[in-house]
Amino acid sequence: MSLTADDVKKIAHLARLGIEEQDVVSYAKDLSGMLDLMTRMSDLDTDGVEPMAHPMDQVQRLRADVVTEQDNREKFQAIAPQVEAGLYLVPKVIE
Amino acid sequence: MNTQWETVIGLEIHAQLATKSKIFSGASTAYGAEPNTQACAVDLGLPGVLPVLNEEAVRMAVIFGMAIEAHIAPYSVFARKNYFYPDLPKGYQISQMELPIVGVGHLDIDVDGVVKRIGITRAHLEEDAGKSLHGNFHGLTGIDLNRAGTPLLEIVSEPEMSSAKEAVAYMRKMHELVRYLGICDGNMQEGSFRCDANVSVRPKGQKEFGTRAEIKNINSFKFVEKAINHEIERQIEVIENGGAVVQETRLYDSVKDETRSMRSKEEANDYRYFPDPDLLPVLIDEDFKAQIKAQLPELPQAKKQRFKDDYALDEENATLLTSSRPLADYFETVVKESGCEAKMCANWMTGDLLAALNKADLEITDSPVGHERLAGLLKRISDDTISGKIAKQVFEELWQSTATADEIIEAKGLKQITDTGAIEAIIDKIIADNQDQVEQYRSGKDKVFGFFVGQVMKEMQGKANPGEVNKMLKEKLK
Repeated sequence: MSLTADDVKKIAHLARLGIEEQDVVSYAKDLSGMLDLMTRMSDLDTDGVEPMAHPMDQVQRLRADVVTEQDNREKFQAIAPQVEAGLYLVPKVIE
Repeated sequence: MNTQWETVIGLEIHAQLATKSKIFSGASTAYGAEPNTQACAVDLGLPGVLPVLNEEAVRMAVIFGMAIEAHIAPYSVFARKNYFYPDLPKGYQISQMELPIVGVGHLDIDVDGVVKRIGITRAHLEEDAGKSLHGNFHGLTGIDLNRAGTPLLEIVSEPEMSSAKEAVAYMRKMHELVRYLGICDGNMQEGSFRCDANVSVRPKGQKEFGTRAEIKNINSFKFVEKAINHEIERQIEVIENGGAVVQETRLYDSVKDETRSMRSKEEANDYRYFPDPDLLPVLIDEDFKAQIKAQLPELPQAKKQRFKDDYALDEENATLLTSSRPLADYFETVVKESGCEAKMCANWMTGDLLAALNKADLEITDSPVGHERLAGLLKRISDDTISGKIAKQVFEELWQSTATADEIIEAKGLKQITDTGAIEAIIDKIIADNQDQVEQYRSGKDKVFGFFVGQVMKEMQGKANPGEVNKMLKEKLK
């Protein structure tokens, strides 16, 4: 499978990664190589092999439904770029 | 131009689970706290934190699955749904994609007395996002993350509803069910129960679905009906004017009563799901399910079966009377209090009482005729104090006043005449006055019999026992 330059730009945009125009071609080549490896794996006969959901052969531990957290707003907001009235402030998201 | 259109609707309902703490952290889920005082390091997505799943959220999802007779996944997996929005600090929402906890199930809805089964595709656990506030923050947006990480059950229906009315019925039924089960408080104002609707239209008879639009932001029963009806009209208009419906997300504006296109979220549907490496697969074994089953309240479906078995109700009455818990409770109380045959109680409830409630747009919990007074009326029918016909008259009085059936019967002199002497005298008079008809009857015109019954009942203002009248008339006309 071969990725185009446009595919790479789209992926970068979805992940909010800033990439240099000059690097797009080499990214496309590297990523295509990884996808080729995937394709090779899907050529293997996996009949009777159970799909793996997680590399650790264990199940999720559950916690009791108890409130254990205290209010630490002051500490968290001390490291935030901008806060007001208890809110975290971010660049405007709608116009 | 005169194409008949058909609507296809599927709903996604988000029910906030009524846990004390969040789905992956020990922060409180209580509503209305000061901003960000219930948002801990896990909710904020700070580096190095690890989500740990809340057992109660899993338990509630399983309860729900059992209630809709769904397959509970023995093995269920969490996934990351990736998108960027400031009220989602991690850059992804922990949700479920493949292997959701609840599989295929169903819910029966009732529209205008007709029961329709709506398929449920799946229900999965996920975390809620925070809230964006667009107030006066010098051109910035304020973020409150108290809601981030609150457990949600997303319930996805099959596209099997064909009108806004059905969609509302489904939403109401679901709302009733989650509250009945005690897994969601159902508070729509606070956003505990909300819904997105996928709507499309197609020419009647066409098999393929039309292009659908998704309406978001619906948080009331009234709006869901209005928003869907508005969207149906809009789509038909677009197509009839030669255009094509665009697959998009639309927002319902309740003030203007219209839906409008949301700024097309760029590649909004490219969420790049993948299994969340922070969470191990969830195992739901038979023990866990058995424990939950033992604590389950009687489910609507089981109640229906019991009503059929114990009260000998037919399918229709059993379905109708178990459609809500208050209605079922009302019925069982009336049966107990009146000591009458259950079938008669059921017929009175599904007939006269529900018709009156529908007409007045009231729920059973607001019924002007409470169970004691209805039971009082039914008692007088079964002990032959009044006839069924007179009972309808008494019921109307019950509806209008606060008097008991006995008081009404007494005040209006509605008691059935059981004095056979009095009935006989009237029959004799009718026979004497209508010799022509007597001749006709005796010469084999059986139909004339109805005329005599009618005359006697008229003379006695409906207060005679019809069985008695029939018997005596037959005797006299021989």
